[in-house]
Amino acid sequence: MKDLFSRSLQTTIIFLIVGGILALALGGFFSSASNQFTGSLVNAQTWISTRVQALQDFFTAPRDIASLRARNAELQAEVSQLQAQVIDLQQRVNETEVLRALVDFSRSNPESTYRAAAVIGRDPSPFLHYVVINRGSNDGIRRGMPVVTNQGLIGRIDAVIADAARVQLITDPAASINVHLQNANTDAVLIGSVTGDVTLDMISQDATVEPGDLILTSGLGGGYPSNLIIGQVVSVRSLDVELFQQAVVQPAVDFARLEIVLVITNFRPVDISPLVPTTP
Amino acid sequence: MRNLIAFPLIALAVIFQSAVISRITLLSGYADLLLILLAGWALQPQVRSAWHWAFVVALFVGYLTKLPWPVTALGYFAVVFVAQMLQRRIWQAPLLAMFTVTFVGTMVMHLLSYAALFVAGSPVPLGDALGFVTLPSLLLNLLFAIPMYTFMRDLARWVYPGEEVE
Repeated sequence: MKDLFSRSLQTTIIFLIVGGILALALGGFFSSASNQFTGSLVNAQTWISTRVQALQDFFTAPRDIASLRARNAELQAEVSQLQAQVIDLQQRVNETEVLRALVDFSRSNPESTYRAAAVIGRDPSPFLHYVVINRGSNDGIRRGMPVVTNQGLIGRIDAVIADAARVQLITDPAASINVHLQNANTDAVLIGSVTGDVTLDMISQDATVEPGDLILTSGLGGGYPSNLIIGQVVSVRSLDVELFQQAVVQPAVDFARLEIVLVITNFRPVDISPLVPTTP
Repeated sequence: MRNLIAFPLIALAVIFQSAVISRITLLSGYADLLLILLAGWALQPQVRSAWHWAFVVALFVGYLTKLPWPVTALGYFAVVFVAQMLQRRIWQAPLLAMFTVTFVGTMVMHLLSYAALFVAGSPVPLGDALGFVTLPSLLLNLLFAIPMYTFMRDLARWVYPGEEVE
C-alpha cells in the first residue's frame, strides 16, 4: 500500500514537472533553450538528409543518365528531322514566291504568252555568259525568243535542242541590245562584258541622262519586244571629245541567282540583215 | 574495256561543271573541272588513252558551250600534249607536273577563248580578262588539282590493273 502510494506520488510529481516545463515552454520562458534545441535538430536532420540524398543519387543516377541520353538522342533526331523539314518548306516557300511573282508578271503583261523554265546550268567557259534551261523545241521554244523574269529581261534563246535550250544573257560580251531611256527619251545600245557589268553606249550628247533613269528595250532591230525592263542608270560618262555618252547600268535582274525564268513564246525575232546596207 | 568509264565519268563531270562549279565564282572566274580531270588522267604513266579522253571531253563540252568546238577541242588536246610531254620529263614529281599542266592548260585554254571572242567580233579587254577571269580561274584550278590528281591516280589503277609504274 505504501509502495503504491509512493509510485503514484512519483508519477504525479513527474507529470507536474513535465507539465510545468511544458507550460513554461508554451509561455515562452524557454525560447533560447528551445531554439538551440530545435536548431540542433534541424542541423542534424539536414546533415542526415543530405547524406541520404547523396546516397540515393549515387544509386539512382546511372539509370537516369542512360535514360536521359536516350531521350537526348531521340530529341536530337527529332530536331534534325524538323530542321530538314524546315529547310524543305523554306525552299518550297521560296519557289512559290518566285512562281507567284512570275504569275503576277505574266498576268500584268497579257499581250505575251510565256513558258516557264528552270535554269539548270551555265556555260563551262567563264568568258561567256550563257545559261541552260530545261525547256526545248518540244515545248515550243525557238531560237531568238526573249527570256525574262518578273524583274526584267535576262536574254534570249541562242540554241535549242529537244528538251533544253541555251540562253544568251544580256551580260554576255557579245550581247548588244537596242534600248530606250525612258526619262531622257532617247535611244542607246546596251553592251555586256566579260565581268558581267553592263554599260550603255551610243547615247546622244544632246540627251540628258541622270543616274536612276529607267532603261527599257526599244524594240528596234526586231531582236526583242519593246518596253521590257532592263535596269537603271548608275552613272554617266560624258566627254566633249567623244561622239556619244556612255553609262554604267545596274541590271534589274540578279544574274547570280537565276532559278526560274519565263520564255516569251509568241515573239518571233525579225531578221533585218537583208535590209542592212552593205558597203560595195 | 574499263576505259569506257570515260563516257559516264566525263558526262557526270560536265553536268557537275555546268550545274555546280560554274556557280562557284571567284570574281568572274571559275574552275574548269574537265581540264584538271584531263590533266590528272594524262599524267598517269600507265594511261594510254588520254587523247581519247580529250576527244570525249571536247565532244561533251563542245555540245554545251557557245565556244566553237575546234577551240575547246584544241584546248583540251593541248592539255594532254603538255601533260604527256611533262610526264616523260618530270615523272619523279607528279604533283609538280600536275600543277604545271594545270597552269599551262588554263593559260592555253583562256588564250584560245580570248582569241575566239576576238575573232567573233566581241573583243574583251585584256586587263579584265586576265584580272577578273583568268587569274581567279587559275587559282581555283590549282586548288582542285591535288584532289583530282589523287582521284585520277586511283582510277588509273582500276582501269589498268597490274600495270603500275614505279
